[in-house]
Amino acid sequence: MVNYLLRRLGYAIIMVVLVSFVSFVIIKLPPGDFLTQKLAQLQARGDRSAENQIAEYRAKYGLDRPFMVQYTTWAVNFLKGDFGESFEYERPVKDLLGQRLGMTVILALATLIITWVIAIPLGVYSAIKQYSLGDQVITTISFIGLGMPGFLLALLILYVAIIILNQDVLGLFSKEYVDAPWSFGRVIDLLKHLWIPALISAVTGTGGLIRIMRGNLLETLGQPFVEAARARGLKNSQVIWKHAVRIAINPLIVILGSEALPGIIGGGALVSIVLNLPTIGPLFVDSLRKLDMYMAGTCIVFFTILLLVGNLLSDLLLAWADPRIRLD
Amino acid sequence: MVAKAGTRREVKAKQVSQSYLSLVWWKFKKNRVAVFGGIILILMYFCMCIIPEFIAPYDLEHSTNFPEARPQTIRFIDAQGKFSIQPFVYGLDKKIDEKLRKRVFVENTSVKYPISLFVKGDKYKLLGFIPGDIHLFGIRNAQKDQYVFIMGTDSLGRDFFSRIIFGGRLSLLIGLIGQVLTLLFGSVLGAVSGYYGGAVDMFVQRFTEFLSAFPDIPLFMALAAAIPKYWSPIAVYFMLTIILAFVRWGGLARQVRGLILSLREREYVLAAKSAGASDARLMFQHLLPGTVSHIIVIATLSIPGMILAETSLSWLGLGLRAPLTSWGVLLQEAGTVYAIRFTPWQLWTVIFILIAIMAYNMLGDGLRDAMDPYGGR
Repeated sequence: MVNYLLRRLGYAIIMVVLVSFVSFVIIKLPPGDFLTQKLAQLQARGDRSAENQIAEYRAKYGLDRPFMVQYTTWAVNFLKGDFGESFEYERPVKDLLGQRLGMTVILALATLIITWVIAIPLGVYSAIKQYSLGDQVITTISFIGLGMPGFLLALLILYVAIIILNQDVLGLFSKEYVDAPWSFGRVIDLLKHLWIPALISAVTGTGGLIRIMRGNLLETLGQPFVEAARARGLKNSQVIWKHAVRIAINPLIVILGSEALPGIIGGGALVSIVLNLPTIGPLFVDSLRKLDMYMAGTCIVFFTILLLVGNLLSDLLLAWADPRIRLD
Repeated sequence: MVAKAGTRREVKAKQVSQSYLSLVWWKFKKNRVAVFGGIILILMYFCMCIIPEFIAPYDLEHSTNFPEARPQTIRFIDAQGKFSIQPFVYGLDKKIDEKLRKRVFVENTSVKYPISLFVKGDKYKLLGFIPGDIHLFGIRNAQKDQYVFIMGTDSLGRDFFSRIIFGGRLSLLIGLIGQVLTLLFGSVLGAVSGYYGGAVDMFVQRFTEFLSAFPDIPLFMALAAAIPKYWSPIAVYFMLTIILAFVRWGGLARQVRGLILSLREREYVLAAKSAGASDARLMFQHLLPGTVSHIIVIATLSIPGMILAETSLSWLGLGLRAPLTSWGVLLQEAGTVYAIRFTPWQLWTVIFILIAIMAYNMLGDGLRDAMDPYGGR
């Protein structure tokens, strides 16, 4: 067990280093960087001192040094908890991410809860009532949901809200609460706005989860131990919920780990952009567009860390939930 | 589905005498949803990739004096209540909307433009070499400023329906071409890795693992952001296709490897080997064909992801850019709050994207069932 953990952790560390290096290389690939873009902007505006200014910046951020030096400096600082400075905002990446972390986690959690609360019962229902009308309706809906990309759905919802309902669902707060300190009213206001983006981000995942749950449960229901439980005269509900679902839900733990954690950064980024939500996703996309490299690099590294930790956690959870699985 | 006893016996008789492919086709045909998806896709690809110039009433860059005009309603009954079998649209008048403080176009019920089929319009070259000027529909002998915009216009007054048709060409093709590249990378590397094993296998395995550990969307975005801004649009298009394929071949390679590993031990492979077949021949003549049905299903089901990747990247401004026109590029303009408020008809793009994706999913799902004709329903 300890051996297994150590090996997985070692592997994860190598992966993070590799990913961080490669993402650094990729960001450096296009000719020019954030500062050359900025220089062009300033010169277009007719700023005479632009070049001096940019040269100063370049020295300040260490962009004039060789690539490997830049990378190692950043990586060493990263370990110390200093993720570098965003060129775009001229503020430390840490502060920018920290500011948005709360909302991002809340949104991700809400999405996760909605997905599971909808998908599990529907999946179970459509498995035990296989080929019934209800099953066919659910299967069709999950099929559509699975193919429905969140950001396109968000655009359509935005249309409905603006044109038909004549109100904006943009943002997570009403105008009077945007900059207000936390209070009971603000929490209520957040909840009022939160469900729409959460529901939109949940659609794709829900569709997939319903199908997986249905398939797993159908497979489990055909196994001898379920028959044995029935033969012992247990109530139908007990057979399904305590025996079959208990086993059928195990594989879903893997999904929970490998999607929920990285979903905090990557999930719903596109939806957040459409709906203009203050989460990390839009910040990350923007940093890639503007070649704001420390910001982008930090996001990618965190994303990878969350992915690897999520995978590890889900493997451990799975082993704990299903004693038949051994880790070695 | 309940089948009569007689038909079932017929089925049995068929199964004995028919080849695998005809069985697959027979089972596929029975799945109405899948056939429907397939027909929609064939129609879409034919209309948008082969004859878009004919289907679209106007040329891609044909700008008019009607920027941001709303779609004209196609009518059969005019303001006086007269019915005509030939549909028509009303002409457009410029007006200033006081409330929005914006120029808008309203229908002028005194001017009627009947819509005809097969009218002469902008000149074009089908597939780049067949010249023509006939369009599927439009206004016959149209004078200056006589247009029919069934889906409105964009900010430069270009017919939006035409732009969606032309946009579909790039978006649909990037899915197909990208998938072909993925298949090439994935199946060849998967086959080599499964067949040879050892160091080659090790290398391919680690590499696909690395690709899958790298977050998917960020990898797309980072690579797409790395395309130099000064490249020609065509170069950007091909680069983007390659990037999409490059990121996605890993999963396919793994599956092919698994299949090859199980096929490798079969007797017929041993027989071929003893008959003196070369490695390449064994791999590509004897092993890969065994995985084809599996590969086709995976490919069909992952094309929508490819199309969506292009669409979202272009929409974010990281993929294709004007003057290229794809659905993602169209969304760039349509996806802002301003556009949704004032030119909501540009969201027709979304409907087209969704239709394409749904059709692929239906087709892929049907294929998956059909490819295993011996299994139960």
